[in-house]
Amino acid sequence: MAVATAISDEGAVDVRDRGDVRRQIRLVSVFGLVLLALVFFYLKIDDFGVKYTLGERVTKDDPAKDLDAQTIMIAGLVVVAVALLLAVVNKVPKGALGGLIYFLVGVAFFAGFVFWNYADQTGTFSVAIINPFPGTIRLATPLIFGALAGCLCERAGVINIAIEGQFLMGAFFASVASSLAFSAEMGLVGGIAAGVAMAALLGVFALRYQVNQVVLGVVLIALATGLTDFLLSQIPDDPDIKKYLNEPLILEKVPVSGLVDIPVIGPALFNQTILVYIMYGSVVFVTLLLFQTTWGLRVRSVGEHPKAADTVGINVNRIRWQAVLIGGVFAGLGGAFFTVGSTGTFDSNASAGNGFIALAAVIMGRWHPVGATLASLLFGFCFTLQAQLAFLDKIPGELLRASPYLVTVIAVAGFVGRVRPPAADGEPYVKS
Amino acid sequence: MKLEIKGLTKRFGSFTANDHIDLTIEPGEIHCLLGENGAGKSTLMNMLYGLLDPTEGEILVDGQPVTFKSPSDAIAAGIGMVHQHFMLVPVFTVAENVMLGREQVSVPGVLSRRKASAMVTELSERYGLRVDPGTLVEALPVGVQQRVEIIKALSNEAKVLILDEPTAVLTPQEIDELMDIMRSLKEQGTSIIFITHKLREVKAVGDRISVIRRGKVVGTAPPSTSEAELAEMMVGREVKLKVDKDPPDTGAVVMSVEGCTVVDPRGHQVVKDVSFEARAGEVLGIAGVQGNGQTELIKALLGLVKPDAGVIRLDGDDISRHGPRESLDDGIGYIPEDRSHDGYVGAFSVRENLILDIYRSDEFSTGLALKLDDIAANADARIKEFDIRTESAETPVSSLSGGNQQKVVVAREFSRPLKVLIASQPTRGVDVGSIEFIHKRIISERDKGTAVIIVSTELDEIFTLSDRIAVMYDGRIVATVSPDIAREDIGLLMAGATPDSGPASGKTEEVPA
Amino acid sequence: MSTQAPAPPPGAAPEPAEPEPRTDLRDPRSWLPSVKVTAGAFVIALVIGAFVIAFSDDDVIESLSYFGSYPWDFFTRSADAVWSSYSALVRGSVGSSNAIASTLNRSAPLICAGLGVTLAFRAGLFNIGAQGQLIVGAICAGYVGFTWDLPPVLHLVVALIAGLLGGAVWGAITGFLKARTGAHEVITTIMFNYLAASILIFALGHDTFQRPGSDNALSPKVDDSATFGKPLGDGFPVHTGVVLAILAGFAVWWLLERSTWGFELRAVGANADASRTAGMSVAKVYTLAMLFAGLLAGLAATMQVLGNQNSLSPTLPGSIGFDAITVALLGRATPLGTVLAGLLFGAMSVGGVAMQASAGTPKELTDVLQALIVLFVAAPALVKGMLRIRETGGGSTVMAKGWGS
Repeated sequence: MAVATAISDEGAVDVRDRGDVRRQIRLVSVFGLVLLALVFFYLKIDDFGVKYTLGERVTKDDPAKDLDAQTIMIAGLVVVAVALLLAVVNKVPKGALGGLIYFLVGVAFFAGFVFWNYADQTGTFSVAIINPFPGTIRLATPLIFGALAGCLCERAGVINIAIEGQFLMGAFFASVASSLAFSAEMGLVGGIAAGVAMAALLGVFALRYQVNQVVLGVVLIALATGLTDFLLSQIPDDPDIKKYLNEPLILEKVPVSGLVDIPVIGPALFNQTILVYIMYGSVVFVTLLLFQTTWGLRVRSVGEHPKAADTVGINVNRIRWQAVLIGGVFAGLGGAFFTVGSTGTFDSNASAGNGFIALAAVIMGRWHPVGATLASLLFGFCFTLQAQLAFLDKIPGELLRASPYLVTVIAVAGFVGRVRPPAADGEPYVKS
Repeated sequence: MKLEIKGLTKRFGSFTANDHIDLTIEPGEIHCLLGENGAGKSTLMNMLYGLLDPTEGEILVDGQPVTFKSPSDAIAAGIGMVHQHFMLVPVFTVAENVMLGREQVSVPGVLSRRKASAMVTELSERYGLRVDPGTLVEALPVGVQQRVEIIKALSNEAKVLILDEPTAVLTPQEIDELMDIMRSLKEQGTSIIFITHKLREVKAVGDRISVIRRGKVVGTAPPSTSEAELAEMMVGREVKLKVDKDPPDTGAVVMSVEGCTVVDPRGHQVVKDVSFEARAGEVLGIAGVQGNGQTELIKALLGLVKPDAGVIRLDGDDISRHGPRESLDDGIGYIPEDRSHDGYVGAFSVRENLILDIYRSDEFSTGLALKLDDIAANADARIKEFDIRTESAETPVSSLSGGNQQKVVVAREFSRPLKVLIASQPTRGVDVGSIEFIHKRIISERDKGTAVIIVSTELDEIFTLSDRIAVMYDGRIVATVSPDIAREDIGLLMAGATPDSGPASGKTEEVPA
Repeated sequence: MSTQAPAPPPGAAPEPAEPEPRTDLRDPRSWLPSVKVTAGAFVIALVIGAFVIAFSDDDVIESLSYFGSYPWDFFTRSADAVWSSYSALVRGSVGSSNAIASTLNRSAPLICAGLGVTLAFRAGLFNIGAQGQLIVGAICAGYVGFTWDLPPVLHLVVALIAGLLGGAVWGAITGFLKARTGAHEVITTIMFNYLAASILIFALGHDTFQRPGSDNALSPKVDDSATFGKPLGDGFPVHTGVVLAILAGFAVWWLLERSTWGFELRAVGANADASRTAGMSVAKVYTLAMLFAGLLAGLAATMQVLGNQNSLSPTLPGSIGFDAITVALLGRATPLGTVLAGLLFGAMSVGGVAMQASAGTPKELTDVLQALIVLFVAAPALVKGMLRIRETGGGSTVMAKGWGS
């Protein structure tokens, strides 16, 4: 336990704190780079005529409209220039106002980047900018579920690298359950069961046998990959049998009447599948659970200082088991997204590394469900943007595909850095 | 409530930590448990508190035998404990820490922080333990954290309160306050088991004293027993309470520090404008309560953190920008305060730990490869010279006792020529025999002409070793005094009284450096 | 006068640090428990595998329908299925000189990449990035192999060095990021795997890397002058890269156990704070450890590009980089253990293909078996409990910490 320091600010000497210097250097360089990029985009564009639509696709009823990209880009340039100026004189405020500045700079960058991509199209059809938010929410859904699972486990002091493995098993058994029951909703139940089963495996080896949890996570992923591939190859190609095993029904979109008509965010938030609505509820549920309930206080105490929890009569391993298993529910739901929530049939390696991105979101969100959700949304946005920009050939599609991973590295290395995980994360509790 | 322990025994494999212990705690008495590090006091208390299962024996509450399967059973039986290493979650508030395990709720399952705060306020007023329920524990000074621990124990309506080495982190004034609290608790009918290895404290507050040595109760004594007698009971032989040393033969200034300021990662100035000089052949003691900037100052001296302002000189050369490797090569020896964290690699053998910071020297390395034979020979020599009790040179250091682990660190640092020796808490958690040995070696290093800087929160150690004493408070050196200063006066300095403003004025003398 | 302090109770030890994973071959006590646990894990995994085989076999399933009236059928058919699968597995991996050569060729890259993971483990780093390092190494080695024109041996050496450097750079970046910014290596190495895979696909889409006359994402063939030879002929077609893998095992052993820098690396891996206090540069160790780990993965890449497949394709890396992690774990992060585990997994992987061909059991089963073996090895208490082994020791000694940096 870190011994608190009794030092006051009284009698402080007038010196510049190096942490503050580092922050300034970082802000100046980041804002400077963004400004350079925006200037580059601006100068590169010949024709600022860009079309957009607020829907997910251009239709006859909803034709693409013209957008004054030049004005928006100039506004963006001004915002970033002001931010840079503030950083140079080291007057970037901390807290919420600072957060707003980072957000605006981010928006300006993405706007400039998107305009540069869409401007000067040479093809016969001009592609319009479409509303990226429905895709963002959809693609962030499994990440958020995975991140919630991660938060629950790690707040209780159990490192969960195996989210990817839980996703795979969840996806596979969601597909099987949905195919067997001819019901997409039963698929969710199958996903949950598989997620919890994987969580139980994690619990047995991490809590009962005290296996190193990072190692364990990697091994569980290998096991889940091997097992799902093995089972998949055991499903015969005979359509009469296959339809009972791997031809699941897919969740339908359920528009929420009234709310769905709100412009821009309506279709994004309220024209989704039931799984996405469950996700909204889960974020609220986990946040309240961890921070407002008796159980949550106990979970956080066993993740921070298990011995302290033990000395007041809390059964450390029982709480950890509960957190891991409840986490398994969410991880299983996240896995179900990859079959019944999107494409249907389970293919080898269906989760395609999303479990790792969810893990990164947990860390970027500093082990807080809301923070992790925001990080997941950022990744979902990157995925959506990448899918849209791949149609334009400004940047090779292969490199665009790598952008979420690059964003993760930059975020983890540049902005999160030495984060403070729950103090007892990954440490088995042994009574002494 | 009357608490009886009969024939309580705990074995770990072949090792007997507690051997048929009999004790009776009468209602409303302060019963002191005296014993040195590793004597088995904590094991006994952990059994009393349900953290360990006894191998044999029984515990009786008011004549009825009880078994404590977990701390909740002990808490239910009316036993509370203030642990030596505080059982507080640093990132929780005071109220959250106090209610953990018996949470205050609005509706079942949902926390009520308001009720918890009210409970803390009520308890802190009833027992005179001032504390703000809404503060994060990690932001509190250690003394206040201890109050939180006591409140936490009292909130469970403890009738027997176990205090495990509670004074280690307190200033002499805070110790006095704690003793007042203990007396007032006693008046309200609470029995107290007070565990310590400090003789002065047992005599000051105890009603009865039981002495434990190597897992056995070797006797019970009244508080009128002399310190020398108690010490002999505790260690099992006559103990010299003082180290023999000649007056220092002080030479030139070896290390000088001017205006050293360190800012911690959270942006607080933890060392503020500290200046001092250390001379060849003298021991400079740095006294102060834990957490007043000593740790960071020492790290800056070694180059583990770079000072944000100020200059550190060694033999006149500016070494403020040097990292630890250069500092070690310059001839600085370093005994860190937390040996298992910074002093040795637990998974490494004794042999490897004995060369941990000198493995690059020509003696042990050809540049590319290690000279294994020379490393083995070095280990054998050091083990003999420093009387390190280990099964073999290949035993991992983590399986040695605390005293022998510390001897490994000390032996390593003394095995090369030093200009300055910086020793932080050199005898923390070490048995009396090793303490004597390490103190003797430090004094003989001084007599070789090395400048020695000792940081200790144990005033006894400071008085035993130092030729001059610098007192740190709130990141500053508030006074530099001679070791003949009265104990109470240095206590006031440690609590922040400045020599010219506080009641200590006139009694402290500035010692010319 | 005795001042000896009693040995501390086990719980009072300041840190439950396990001793370094070091084996003294002369002293059976130091390795026998590990061997027993590993063998036990292997047996348990095979038993579980046997159940899986039996219950996924059509004949066995069919016999279950009349289990009540004639149970014997179920047992004989199960035994048949298990026997034919496992015997095919063994025959396919070590049953002929050709099979042994395939096993060795397949093991060599596993061993090299596994050694990279082992080396990083000992520095306290969990290198999940062998896959990415291997891909970048393969791109570099392949590029030199099929575009440059050099005399035989020299061409091989240059291509080899290019592969080593490619992997080393890719690994060193993650090590450097960890050292400078504290970015956790588990996250960055995973992301660098995806980045490397994207680069490979991007490269294969370019003319330089496109095999003329092919529509697939396939590179030209590496020149013969840049491939590992097969000096023993068709009777025992093992390529010379295998020798390099064994040499790499020795080199890593020497580096860890005998070199001054290895001492630093192990110290940092076991206690970074104490190492920093002892004057070691933790940042340098992290960067260099990942550099060497990448170098070894690059060596593995050259065996794929210049020995086994001879051209770049999206499937070239397979899952070697991930299997390398399980190899290192099974080898308990020791060089000798990693070499042996690499041979075992190489054999299983080669045998798995034969098993699929002759017994119809999907080769993915070997992936399941490998994961189970490592899972059980990581939980020695479970293995000992199941097999009633009483000895202490044999614990998993792989060092990798939590998120804290």
